Amino acid sequence: MAVVEIEKLCKIYTIGSVQLPALNNIDLSIEEGRYIAIMGPSGSGKSTLLNMIGCLDRPTSGRYCIGGEDVSKLNDDELSLIRGKRIGFIFQSYNLIGQLNVIENIELPMFYQGFSERESAERAKELATMVGLGDRLKHRPTELSGGEQQRVAIARSLANDPLIILADEPTGNLDSESGAEILSILDDLHRQHKTLVVVTHDEHISKRAERTIQLLDGRIDRQECNHER
Amino acid sequence: MHWINVKKTVKLGIKSLWMHRLRSTLTMLGVVFGVCSVIAMLAIGEGASQEAQEAIARLGSTNLIVETVKPPQEQTDTGDTQTVRKYGLTYADAESIRNTIPEVEVVVPIREIDQEARYLNRKAAIKIMGTIPWYTEISPVQLTRGRFLSSTDLHHQLAVCVIDDQVARKLFTFDDPLGLDVRIRGSYYRVVGIASKTAPAGMSDTFGTQAAKTIESTGGVAGNIYIPLTTAKSRFSEFAYQISGGSRSAEKVELQKIIVKVNSNEQVLSTQKIIVALLNRLHKKQDYNIVVPLELLRQAARTRRIFSIVLGSIAAISLLVGGIGIMNIMLATVSERTREIGIRRALGAKKRDIIIQFLSETLLLTLVGGMLGIILGSLIPFLVTYFGHMPTVITGSSLVLAFGISAAVGITFGLYPAHRAANMDPIESLRHE
Repeated sequence: MAVVEIEKLCKIYTIGSVQLPALNNIDLSIEEGRYIAIMGPSGSGKSTLLNMIGCLDRPTSGRYCIGGEDVSKLNDDELSLIRGKRIGFIFQSYNLIGQLNVIENIELPMFYQGFSERESAERAKELATMVGLGDRLKHRPTELSGGEQQRVAIARSLANDPLIILADEPTGNLDSESGAEILSILDDLHRQHKTLVVVTHDEHISKRAERTIQLLDGRIDRQECNHER
Repeated sequence: MHWINVKKTVKLGIKSLWMHRLRSTLTMLGVVFGVCSVIAMLAIGEGASQEAQEAIARLGSTNLIVETVKPPQEQTDTGDTQTVRKYGLTYADAESIRNTIPEVEVVVPIREIDQEARYLNRKAAIKIMGTIPWYTEISPVQLTRGRFLSSTDLHHQLAVCVIDDQVARKLFTFDDPLGLDVRIRGSYYRVVGIASKTAPAGMSDTFGTQAAKTIESTGGVAGNIYIPLTTAKSRFSEFAYQISGGSRSAEKVELQKIIVKVNSNEQVLSTQKIIVALLNRLHKKQDYNIVVPLELLRQAARTRRIFSIVLGSIAAISLLVGGIGIMNIMLATVSERTREIGIRRALGAKKRDIIIQFLSETLLLTLVGGMLGIILGSLIPFLVTYFGHMPTVITGSSLVLAFGISAAVGITFGLYPAHRAANMDPIESLRHE
């Protein structure tokens, strides 16, 4: 079953009187449990596509369904709901909230879905343990290393058991060792049949994915399947 | 929005306000002082107006007080070296008021004489009130001991007196005054009763009207001694001598006051007109003045309203300034936390959630500020009463009002920053450094 279905999706940014096409006629379908890498030079529309899939932005034209629901027709509140329930975000710069500790950061998506305090605390603890931070629950993000922060972010992205996890350069700010840790966690998630979309510059990361989508000038340039693993 | 979330949002608000303690405190000060000034000013205003109303009410709302006033000096008879100026209310006036106006219930003439009273070697400056037994009808004289003047006293011009407890304290420090004699100008008056704190038969100067002969404030007069009017008439001269600019002049005044009591409040104003008409016929000069406590009450109500409006506007302005301060800081906070807002939006926060988050922070600031303001504002009136010797009254409604206002300020000035936060584009805010 396709988690993400994109048909003839266009996104045009209008700045003043100039129209900048960021995405042009994208057709893409992502099946459940797939691990997909999106690559391309900067300005090719990778981030825009990720924002589209993440329901942070609405397409100018075309159709986008996530879990069978047509996103282009939804209002702001409904988009928020989809982001909270169906999508897990992992950002390059972790994007943890500084005034909250590890457990509270992981609880955040559940907070907006109205989980009970006990329920969300339990689940957050579980997820933190899963990413190897069971002994750091009360630490603030600033007291953690980059790799640890990104692991908190991964735990947070899993909080609401989303349909799809979107990672934007998840190892971009990390040294190779912590980067490898993060990638192995992503591999674990893939093994658990989570659907993963990773935007990256790094060939090594894309090699770990089942499929690599090359973007160029807002178009899908080519897709390749990696069968070596 | 679930209840748990409200609790969590408040917790979060406290947390982020606590992170910027200094900023939060400084922001709060605006509201603190605003609310504080509302309460303090209302308390002082209420105290003043209550004091005024009590003073007027003590005069009696069904009473009309006719007072002798000195008419403007006439320059026609300056040729004489000695003149006797006769003016003021007379016994005849009192008589004709009683006889001609049917609505009048009691007419009480009063003769006031400032004198010195002695007992043994102690002396006190006092005011003699020559009056009739029915004085108790128009002024709530509270007798602590003994009796008031009786009609027998009046009829036989007896040398008896009722003293108030201030005089009693001053003259008879250790003795029981009842049955003892007070000496005034060589005559002895037997004390038959002691009254507690006498009601002033004049006005307190809270209104800025006539300088009043209140109990304690009049130039050294310790208190009142009541004696029968007839006794006063026979023993004290109605002439008062003055030496001014080399010429000796004498004044003759029979009565200082006539207090008229009517049956009901409705008759006060009509009776006033009749008395004016009557006295105008009897007097050539304008040597009297009618004070109507009921009218003063109404005036006091008007004054109070103006007072409230003025105080209210001052307080409103200070709260407005406080509110703008809060809005300013919240706007700064919002732009400082743009990224956080973006993260929250990406993680599923609706616009409403963001609005609630920031609004609750503003509300926390203003409500805590309001609370501190209430505490501080309730303290100030005590200090004013203690050091400034001014009565203050903190009403429950002013506390509720102040709290309500601070909440309203929080919502009004918090909504715009919260809206701004909620309407930020999630993608843009995520990119924000």
